[in-house]
Amino acid sequence: MSADFRSQVEGLRPYLLRYAALQLRDAAAAEDAVQEALLAALAGEANFAGRSNLRTWLTGILKHKIVDVIRRQSRERPAADLEAEGDPAEFDGLFDRRGHWEETPDAWEQPEGALAQKQFLAALETCLRALPERTARVFMMREHLGMETSEICKELEITATHCWVLLHRARMALRLCLGTNWFGKH
Amino acid sequence: MLLSCKETTRLLSQGEDRRLAFGERVALRVHLAICNGCRNVSAQFRFLRQAVQALSRDGDEKESG
Repeated sequence: MSADFRSQVEGLRPYLLRYAALQLRDAAAAEDAVQEALLAALAGEANFAGRSNLRTWLTGILKHKIVDVIRRQSRERPAADLEAEGDPAEFDGLFDRRGHWEETPDAWEQPEGALAQKQFLAALETCLRALPERTARVFMMREHLGMETSEICKELEITATHCWVLLHRARMALRLCLGTNWFGKH
Repeated sequence: MLLSCKETTRLLSQGEDRRLAFGERVALRVHLAICNGCRNVSAQFRFLRQAVQALSRDGDEKESG
């Protein structure tokens, strides 16, 4: 193994740790996943040869390790637990009896501009942390890891319908949270 | 099929995760044509995806800067 390759891989550790922690919400679990990914990467240097982007390659390896961690965790905490989370009537207060908005949602002002602001990203992380654990897990598997719903269902052993319910709940909660904590103020 | 706003937010979310059936797409389009609030929510759901992806890009900048 070349020393240069090792130091390049090690240099990406902070990025990888952040990437894993966003999904796993647990520093120790993120550290484990990154460690396993780095070991696999260093052992597999030959597989990298000729590929253009080291970070993309490492992120791909890390995704698999993160999913391994999630699989282990969900085996420890069975799906019945998952079903119990959240109140189906959670967002009913937003709508009248006929299902129309009590208060029409406003457009967010210049959302693209917000993406470049550190404070906005911090507000988003705060909102993500406020989500119930399993709702956040499914949402981040979808939007952060970029997995298809079918893969998520398979890994977590839940139905597609339940997956969509959790994703909808996450999006509704996040838009309320960002509406209050960011777009309502800036 | 006439959708309520509540049903519309469900379909909008699912539209981010699966290919909607033809009838669902038509019903959604009809509703969005007349409902400002749901159009705004639709844009917000799509924005959330971009925003989550920006989170790991933010890590890059810290690293190089």
